[in-house]
Amino acid sequence: MARQDPRKDVVVIGLGWTGAIMSMELAQEGLEVLALERGDDRDTVPDFQYPNIIDELKYGIRYGLMQKPRKSTLTIRHGLDDTALPYRHLGSFLPGDGVGGAGAHWNGQNWRPQEPEYRLRSYVEETFGADIIPEGMTIQDWGVTYEELEPYFDQFEKVAGISGKAGNLNGEIVEGGNPFEAPRSSDYPMPPLPHTYDADLFSKAAKAKGLHPFPRPSANASEAYTNPYGMQLGPCNFCGFCERFGCLNYSKSSPQVCILDALKRKPNFSYKTNSEVLKIEKAEDGKTVTGVTYFDEKANEEVFQPADLVLLCAYSLHNVHLLLLSGIGQPYDPATGEGVVGKNYAYQMTGGTRLYFKDKQFNPFIGTGSNGISIDDYSISQIDFAKEGFIGGSYITAGQTNGRPIQSMPLPPGTPKWGKAWKEAAGEWYGRSMAIGSHGSNMSYRDCYLDLDPTYTDRHGRPLMRMTFNWKENDIRMTQFMKARIEEIAETMNPDMIASGYKKDGSQYDVRPYQSTHNVGGAIMGAERKTSVLNKYLQHWDCHNLFVMGASAYPQNIQYNPTGALGGLAYWSAAAIRKDYLANPRPLV
Amino acid sequence: MKTLVRIVAVLIVIGLAALAAIIFVPVQRTGPTEKLAADWQAPAGLGKYDARMADCAACHTEPGGKPFAGGRTIASPMGDIYTPNITPDKETGIGTWSLADFRAALVDGVDDEDHHLYPAMPYENYRHMSETDIRAMYDYFMHDVEPVKNQVAETELPFPFNQRWGIRLWNWVTLGNPGFKPASTKVANDEQLSRGAYLVQVLGHCGSCHTPRNLTMAQAGTNETDAKFLTGGEIGGWSAPDLRGPKSAPQQWSADELKMYLTAGRNAHSAVAGEMKLAVEESLQYMSDEDANAMVAYLRAIGTNGPAPAEAPMKRDETPAGTVARIDAADDPTTTKLKKAVDLTDGERLYVDNCGACHFADGRGAPEVFPSLKGNAAVVAKETGGLIHTILYGAEMPSTSKRPMKLRMPGFAQRLSDDDVAKLATFLRGAWGNGAGPVTADQVAKERKTPTEASH
Repeated sequence: MARQDPRKDVVVIGLGWTGAIMSMELAQEGLEVLALERGDDRDTVPDFQYPNIIDELKYGIRYGLMQKPRKSTLTIRHGLDDTALPYRHLGSFLPGDGVGGAGAHWNGQNWRPQEPEYRLRSYVEETFGADIIPEGMTIQDWGVTYEELEPYFDQFEKVAGISGKAGNLNGEIVEGGNPFEAPRSSDYPMPPLPHTYDADLFSKAAKAKGLHPFPRPSANASEAYTNPYGMQLGPCNFCGFCERFGCLNYSKSSPQVCILDALKRKPNFSYKTNSEVLKIEKAEDGKTVTGVTYFDEKANEEVFQPADLVLLCAYSLHNVHLLLLSGIGQPYDPATGEGVVGKNYAYQMTGGTRLYFKDKQFNPFIGTGSNGISIDDYSISQIDFAKEGFIGGSYITAGQTNGRPIQSMPLPPGTPKWGKAWKEAAGEWYGRSMAIGSHGSNMSYRDCYLDLDPTYTDRHGRPLMRMTFNWKENDIRMTQFMKARIEEIAETMNPDMIASGYKKDGSQYDVRPYQSTHNVGGAIMGAERKTSVLNKYLQHWDCHNLFVMGASAYPQNIQYNPTGALGGLAYWSAAAIRKDYLANPRPLV
Repeated sequence: MKTLVRIVAVLIVIGLAALAAIIFVPVQRTGPTEKLAADWQAPAGLGKYDARMADCAACHTEPGGKPFAGGRTIASPMGDIYTPNITPDKETGIGTWSLADFRAALVDGVDDEDHHLYPAMPYENYRHMSETDIRAMYDYFMHDVEPVKNQVAETELPFPFNQRWGIRLWNWVTLGNPGFKPASTKVANDEQLSRGAYLVQVLGHCGSCHTPRNLTMAQAGTNETDAKFLTGGEIGGWSAPDLRGPKSAPQQWSADELKMYLTAGRNAHSAVAGEMKLAVEESLQYMSDEDANAMVAYLRAIGTNGPAPAEAPMKRDETPAGTVARIDAADDPTTTKLKKAVDLTDGERLYVDNCGACHFADGRGAPEVFPSLKGNAAVVAKETGGLIHTILYGAEMPSTSKRPMKLRMPGFAQRLSDDDVAKLATFLRGAWGNGAGPVTADQVAKERKTPTEASH
């Protein structure tokens, strides 16, 4: 028999970026808010303090801040006819746990999607015709437009403290910024960080080709900054320990640095750590939820926590898993295309080219997680899909993020992995190469989805979630297009050799090498309840007092890193709850 | 010979009589300095505000304890003093105290049974509190503060400090007239300065730390007409900085930055640490805007060389292209050498390896986030305890409504030896024109033994 705790106005599942944002926004309404975090409590000091956090083996290789597969994982397979096996060693993607979530150990690359990305299906159909959409591709519109979201992107960028340079201010193109970005109502709150030598070389080469280089928008602060909550960032020192690490320097935007101390001052906010939510409880009529059941690690017991409003703010994969386990919404069936929960899981298509120069020294240990110069000339809004034969796009960047000794030792192809020859190559080539990377979209497909695994269970006896995913021809064509563009630029830079790594015909999804922790979809938003889990306010179509945040709402993946988009969506949803829902709780659409 | 014996005998008798009188003649309590109507009611919230401005909680609330329930240990030069419970609990607090008892504690330094309080209770300053504030605070403590049953340990100082009658003599020598009157005409003629003076001298009792002590351990001056008032004191091995000299913060910083420091615990140049952190956390962050302006105006008006210049000598870093541009441009000898990083001394190398990530090669850190070490009062202080302690055990900014973040510098005790810390501290005290003397490994070893004191 579960313990029952006193009712709260709001229970928030997960205290990462969106959990912290929603807690803050609703605590400002005077509501009693309780956040439940499955992992440990974490703060800059002591958890990320210098020099302890600068330990590549502990945090970079052994994943000190990530979820432990023995406690939480999923199964993965390539296709409907395959048997999924558990993801026992983290590789391709690295979900975090603990206060701050992945927002504590990201790189800090913060983007807004382009206008057409929000209405991708309509954009493709109107611009190129419905017949270019391949069989089995299930892309959808988001049900919300960039124009509607713009004020909330602005809000998130001011809270997170983003460094960058506007390229389109209210429709006016600004020299030096990204001319292909959607119009912004204001510039970034901080000037861009200075960039490194590799980015400089790339910038000159891109410009010479008539392209439009601009500083990559960055959640690494370029100067001291105070955000609207009074929270503060300090200037980044380019130490290069961003992704996989917490920031020792108060420089990388995170829930800790941007929200939590201000939130903790609120007497109507509280949070519990080591409290994993097992199930969201549905009311008998199925139209609302009554609260959550969670496992209280310290008390070693299950607890029912009643609440008027439940905000699901876990990592995207866990959001979908919890909905499936809770029986909320109809699970997606790839055979019929019916159902919604688990539908349109998508990933991120990335690739890169490394340029080796015998006569250049890049000092790769100088870096920040979102260092660099990017171009958006081959982005979704700039490509003729009909002509190129694919739907999608990428942004392309050069900018070293770190020179860490274990993982950042790129050596020419063919170099042995150890021994004398490796040593010689390391001596010859360390610091003498740079990379140009493509970060691209990934479309959604009828047979790429999430459901409950028929075989494997977790430590609570719940079925694991099963991911069915593989690369598709459309996206491989997209990344091959980027390879050609990048190699064209690279050649003009006269390297001694280049080495490219892109998915190609026949490439299968490989869960072992790290690619990105940009798992999206599965609890998608949309204009119609038949084809989406959430309405445009991230409110569940069936249970109106359940809102689901995060990248699980994306109907297909954008070409950018997902955090900026989900930060904006969280503020958009919070505004709808504050302005409209609280006074009259009901389905908002 | 007989005469001498007689004289000595008479002197002994007189001495004993005087001693008996000191010990046994009842204390004369000071009455109200202002007549208030019997039905006078304090304006809503005044008592709570005054209690905050007087910073009662800093001493009378234990870390993590119930408000005002006492039990905090005050390390005095004479020994540890345990602060009493001042909640209205009738058995263990001050629930049975009359207004006259309460006033006597603030003004005369005696408890409800006329026992002398140790002057760790700053009645030397509170003595000048207005009757309205006394009444408002009394009402607050009697009616609004939650009674808490908490029997606090008796303070047991070693002889002779346990002979409380000695305090009576000290009081005769030390205490001025009760009530508040601005000491100089300049302050008296300016309403804002008068209010600032009252906040600084009386409620805020800034002098109890920031004014040096004289031979009898009394504050060497309690108002701006005294040359030594607020010219710097010492508390627990830390220097409480000079607030009046030409290099002092009120003379160097703009009014806005000084206000920010007092109310938010940090500003473009520095951040609070040690006891001052408590003062901001429990007291100053709650200051009304008007009072904050008054306090700032007063502190800036009383420089030993005259009022602070209108244009502040120290300026906020507002380099438009971000912090890297600022550091690239810096060309003073210390910064130039650190940027070059060739032939570094041990102290310089330790700085680059441990401190430079936040405080940077130019030592200026970042406004409100990383305190500047250039000209920093704690770095150049006469007493090196604060600097050493901060290097060893770190420091945390208080959470305030203006700046809620508990920015924390980690400690380096695990990483640096006594010799390392001494070399590093010596470097800091000489870098960027700081011009302060060296630190020895022995001083570090001593500070290493007290990890908790002042590391709030």
